[in-house]
Amino acid sequence: MKVVKSAFKFKGGVHPDYNKGLANNKLIEALPMPSELVISMSQHLGAPAKCIVKPGDYVSRGQIIGERNGFISVCVRASASGLVKAVEKRLGPAGGKADAVILDTTASAPEGVEMLGDGPVLKPLDWENSSREELIARVEEAGICGMGGAGFPTSVKLNPPPGKRCEYLIINGAECEPYLCADHRVMVEKASRIRLGVEIMRKILGECAVRIAVESNKPDAIQALSEAFADISGNVEIVVLSVLYPQGSEKHQIFATVKRIVPEPPALPIDVGCVVENVSTAVAIADAVEKGEPLLERVTTVSGDAISEPKNILAPCGTKYSDLVQFCSGTKETPAKVISGGTMMGFAVPSLEIATTKTTSGILLLSSRRVFQYTSGPCINCGRCVRACPMCLNPADISKAVEANDISDAERAHVMTCIECGACSFSCPAYRTITQFCRRAKNSIRARIAAEKAKAAAAQNAAEKKEIQK
Amino acid sequence: MITAIVCIAGIGLVASFVLAVADKYLSVQEDPRIGLVLSELPGANCGGCGFAGCDAYARALVEGTAPNGACPAGGEAVAAKIAGILGVEASATEKRVALVKCCGTRSEAIRVGDYNGICDCNVAAMTAGGDKGCVYGCLGYGACANVCPKGAISIYDGLAKVDKRLCIGCGKCVSVCPKKLIELVPSSATIHVLCNNPDKGPSVRKVCGVGCMGCHLCEKNSGGKEAGHFTFQGFLAKVNYSNPPTDEQIVAKCPAKCMSVDPLLESGH
Repeated sequence: MKVVKSAFKFKGGVHPDYNKGLANNKLIEALPMPSELVISMSQHLGAPAKCIVKPGDYVSRGQIIGERNGFISVCVRASASGLVKAVEKRLGPAGGKADAVILDTTASAPEGVEMLGDGPVLKPLDWENSSREELIARVEEAGICGMGGAGFPTSVKLNPPPGKRCEYLIINGAECEPYLCADHRVMVEKASRIRLGVEIMRKILGECAVRIAVESNKPDAIQALSEAFADISGNVEIVVLSVLYPQGSEKHQIFATVKRIVPEPPALPIDVGCVVENVSTAVAIADAVEKGEPLLERVTTVSGDAISEPKNILAPCGTKYSDLVQFCSGTKETPAKVISGGTMMGFAVPSLEIATTKTTSGILLLSSRRVFQYTSGPCINCGRCVRACPMCLNPADISKAVEANDISDAERAHVMTCIECGACSFSCPAYRTITQFCRRAKNSIRARIAAEKAKAAAAQNAAEKKEIQK
Repeated sequence: MITAIVCIAGIGLVASFVLAVADKYLSVQEDPRIGLVLSELPGANCGGCGFAGCDAYARALVEGTAPNGACPAGGEAVAAKIAGILGVEASATEKRVALVKCCGTRSEAIRVGDYNGICDCNVAAMTAGGDKGCVYGCLGYGACANVCPKGAISIYDGLAKVDKRLCIGCGKCVSVCPKKLIELVPSSATIHVLCNNPDKGPSVRKVCGVGCMGCHLCEKNSGGKEAGHFTFQGFLAKVNYSNPPTDEQIVAKCPAKCMSVDPLLESGH
C-alpha cells in the first residue's frame, strides 16, 4: 500500500468557498431515536420500492417495509421498531412526492403481535468463506445503495454484466461539496470498517486494483486510512487528489486516479473497467456482511452559518430535518435557505418537515448573509462557463438553446453528458441559472426518449397481436 | 453591350423552353380539392387534429384517411364546409376548450419559498415540486401560455387563465403542464370544479384557502349520486362532462369556494 499524489488533472472545475471548518473536526454523534420517522420508498436511483405495510402494522427494526421493485431498485427496511401511523405521499428532498411510511417509534407492540427480535436482522456472514453470489445477495437484501448522493443500487454496480471485468475499484472519499464532511468523519473514525468493506468488495468483483481517492484538504483522513490499510495485500493505493470541485464526480475521479475517460451516456464506469463506490457505502457493506446490519442509518452533516452547533450526526434514515436541527441546539437566526445536500448540487427545500434518506449527506441552513439574491441577465458571451465546465461542454450555447426552447439544439451540444455539477452557474457573471437550463433540457430529452420507447413497444405489441390473430 | 443582351436573351429562351417541356412531362397531378379544403381550414397549424399542420390534415381528408371534424379550431362550421367540398358526412364534434383546474391565486394558496430561477413551470416543478404549497396546483410560470398558438392563456395573480373565445382546443397546454391540471372540456359546459388536489380536507386547507375538500355537497345539491353529475377521485370532486350539471345554484353552495360558473369567459380581457 502506498500513498501517491494524483498526476492527472481534469479540465475545468471551480473553487467554491469550502467552509468545511464548521464541522470537520466534530466527532460523529448518534441521534437519540426521534419519536417519528418518515421513511420514503424512493431513497435511491431507479424505481421506488413497493410499500408492503399498512397503517396499524407493528414493524420491528430492520424489517422490510418496501420491496425491491425492478432491476434498478433496492428494498427499504424500517429504521426503527414502531407502529405504522400512515402510508402517504410525502415530499422528498429532491422534490416530487413519493410514498412514505410514517412510523411512530414510541409505540410498542401489544401482546400477541409478532415482531422480529432486536438482534441482528440478517445473519452475520463469514465473508472469507462465502461465495460471490452470497455476498451480492447480502448487499442487495441489506438495501444498500450508493451513499455519495446519486443512490445507484450497489448490488447492481458490484455485479458487472457478462463480458465486462472490473480492473479498478475506486473508493470515493473526495467529498468536494462545500460544507459537507460526513464522509471525511467516516474516513477518520471508521477507517478500519472501510478497509473491511474494500476487502469484501474486492472479493465480489474478483482480483482488482484498489484506488482510494481523497482530496488533499483532509490530511487526517489520509493519515487514518494509510494506517488502516498499512498491511493490506494486493495493488492498493491511496490517491491524494488536488482540491478542485467536482473532484468527487465519478467520471472525474476515474480520470484523476487511473486516467480513463468514461464515454458519453449510456456508457457506465464499468465500460472502462472501473467501479466507483463511496466510503460510506464501503462501511455499509462491511456492516451488512460482518455484523448482519442492514443500511438503516447514515452520517449526515448539519452545518451552515444559521445553525447553532454544526454537527455530524449518525441518524436513522427517515429522520425529519427538524429533529436534526433540534439536536444541533436549533438555529442562531432564521435561515434564509435550507439546502439538502451541498451548496453546489444540493436542493433547496421548502420546509424542515422533509426526512433524510440513504443519500442525504448533509443539510445546510444558511442565513441571509450567505444567500445571494440575484436576477439573471442575458449571456454576455464571456466564456467563463466554458472554462469551468469539467465535461468540456459549452454551457453558454446550451443555455441559450434551451432559453429559445430549442431542445434538439441542446442535444446536439451534448447536453446529456452534463453531470449537473453547477460549475457553470457558479462561474457565470450574469447570474444565469445555466445548470437549471441543462436539467430542463435533460428532462425533456429523457421524457422524449421514454415516449418513443413506449410508442415502439406499443407498436410491437400490436404487430405481435396481429400475427397471433393471423 | 449587345453581346450581353444576346447572351441573356438566349439563356432566357433556352430556359423557358426547358421549363415548358418540364411542365408538360414532369407535372404532378394534385387533387384540386386539397387547395379548396386547405382554404377552409383555419391555417393556425396548431396540430390539434393530430396531423403536422393544416396542409397535412387537408391531404389526409382528401385521401379519406382522416375523419372530418377532427379540427378543434374550426369546429362544426368548418367541418360542414369541408363536408360540402368532399361530399362526406361531418362527424359531430363539440368544440372543446382548455380549463385550468386551479383557482389558488397568490392570496389564496400559500407559497413555501421564493423561486427566482427560470420562469417556466416545468423547471420550477423540478425544484422541490415548485414553490407552491399545494403540489397539485398551478405554479403560474406560464409554460402553457408560452406554447399556446392563439395567445389564449395569460397569467393573472400567479394563475393561468384561458380565454374561451380565443382557445381552439388544440391541447398543447394540456401536454406541457407539469402538474397535469389542464383539461379539455366541452365549451358548452358552464359549471366547473377548479381544483386538482385529491388530498384530504385538512391537508388541502393547510396549503390553500380555496381547495376542494371532497365534501360531496355539490353532488348532493345536484340530485345525489344517481344523477351522476360528479365523480370523485380521492377527496376531489370532478365534473362529469358527459353529463354536466346545469343548476348554477350549487356553485354558490360550495363551502370550499372552488367551483365556478364559466371561469373561461370572465377571464377575457
